[in-house]
Amino acid sequence: MAYAAAMDDKRFPHTTAGTLAQQLGWFSIALGTLELVATRRLTRALGMWGQERTLQAYGVREIVTGIGILTSKDPAPWVWGRVAGDALDLGTMAMAYPNNPKKAKLAMAIANVAAVTALDVICAQQLSATKVRQQMPVRDYSDRSGLPMGISASRGAASDAEMTEQFRIPEPLRPFDATV
Amino acid sequence: MKALVWHGKEDIRCDTVPDPTIEDATDAIIKVTSCAICGSDLHLFHNFMPGMRKGDVMGHEHMGVVVEVGSAVKKLRIGERVVIPFTIICGECEQCRRGFYSVCERTNRNRKLGDTVFGHSTAGLFGYTALTGGYAGGQAEYLRVPFADATHIKVPDNDLTDEQLLFLGDIFPTGWQAAVQCDIQPTDTVAVWGCGPVAQFAIRSALLLGAKQVIAIDNLPDRLSMARAGGAITINFDEESVLDRLQELTQGKGPEKCIDAVGMEAHAARSLDSMLDKAKQMVMLGTDRPHVLREMMYVCRPAGVLSVPGVYGGFLDKIPFGAAMNKGLTIRMGQTHVNRWTPDLLRRIETRQIDPSFVVTHNVPLEQGPQMYKTFRDKSDGCIKVVLKPNGNGRH
Repeated sequence: MAYAAAMDDKRFPHTTAGTLAQQLGWFSIALGTLELVATRRLTRALGMWGQERTLQAYGVREIVTGIGILTSKDPAPWVWGRVAGDALDLGTMAMAYPNNPKKAKLAMAIANVAAVTALDVICAQQLSATKVRQQMPVRDYSDRSGLPMGISASRGAASDAEMTEQFRIPEPLRPFDATV
Repeated sequence: MKALVWHGKEDIRCDTVPDPTIEDATDAIIKVTSCAICGSDLHLFHNFMPGMRKGDVMGHEHMGVVVEVGSAVKKLRIGERVVIPFTIICGECEQCRRGFYSVCERTNRNRKLGDTVFGHSTAGLFGYTALTGGYAGGQAEYLRVPFADATHIKVPDNDLTDEQLLFLGDIFPTGWQAAVQCDIQPTDTVAVWGCGPVAQFAIRSALLLGAKQVIAIDNLPDRLSMARAGGAITINFDEESVLDRLQELTQGKGPEKCIDAVGMEAHAARSLDSMLDKAKQMVMLGTDRPHVLREMMYVCRPAGVLSVPGVYGGFLDKIPFGAAMNKGLTIRMGQTHVNRWTPDLLRRIETRQIDPSFVVTHNVPLEQGPQMYKTFRDKSDGCIKVVLKPNGNGRH
């Protein structure tokens, strides 16, 4: 069966959710790397001095999650992991906000993380829904043609149906030769 | 009597409600022997269509036996077996006389509301919001049929089962009209988006009308297997690219005829545009998810035809009308003019050209209706078409 192959392919490469998951995986690795190599510049820019260790730990988390999404046969739990990480990021930034000297930049960062969180949630929901659907038992209706004469004999059997002009291409606009 | 009643979003219950009575001399009452859940009932279930009121009786696919007629009814007699079309028609107005029954000018008793929303009102419909008259539906033990002299399809009381005849009231003529609107030629490729019940009839209708090849697009293996059984080549959009496969099957030219049997609720995981449509719906910035319309306009062969039996409800965003205009596409759509097609389709059932019962996957008592709405919504348990038995004889 052609669709049996799709049942084994948990990455759903032809769905937008599958493609989005891959992109989120690469994004996760890139962000994690940035958090590791530019820790001080980031904490300084966001007015979060003294939180370098925390940011590095989050960077490691991002890289691990990204690798998980890109290499796992089932990316859904890893994308849900990103959602949990997003919540942690938002919480950390929210706690740093009240007495922060660079409120404008931090607010911008919070808005960006919130937007990515929305994408993560939609992606995770769609991946999970697809997984549930793929795990549902499949009924085989290949014996239900509804055409008692068989497919070949049925093709064109209703060509005697009367078609009024209202449902046809108007005569002056019809192709010169419909068989071309 | 027992009836399936709308209580709010995703809340349908089997309640006891008052029996219908003759309200006008042109009414009839039928005892419902079989009724069905339609894909467009799901739009009401999800509360996407405006105008549903708590307490409305659901259903617009129904058949049964006449048990009472008003004093002015001349063409129906007690005891006759009838399928009732989902469109309520007078049979006398200008549109009915032209055969455009779904836009009957007299049967929508909330005409002003229809005029306000759509510019001009359309026909009254059973169980389908205040916008189309607010008439009670037929997912019930009894149904009041207004304008009964015109609003019926008499069917023979012989060995043809309800399951073979019931769909004359909606999904069979809807699939048929979808194919007829395509003006199918023997050289045509017809692509059908969706493999739900209407699509299954559109596939078989296109084949019967002589299409060279019919291509069906969905991602549910059970529905695809039924489409293949009806002679279609199938595309599972979870497995392969719809655009690439259509190009391959049409030697790069695109299908000449495209049928949208999906409508306003295209699968949200289907594509980025559907995801954005879903997001817009969530914040009330959009009403429909017209991914299929967009895709059809893009892939259709220039000078081709788009046929739209799928239901849309509101204002559609980001439609590539430039592609449609420059490619010279013809777009035909609308609710089905049921009675226009039923004499011919009944003859095709009687002569065994088609047996519509192939589509029934669940056959249960009315009381199981609320659960069946959820099963149908989730497309679980291989559910494609649910028939309900309000007066017994249900089987699973």
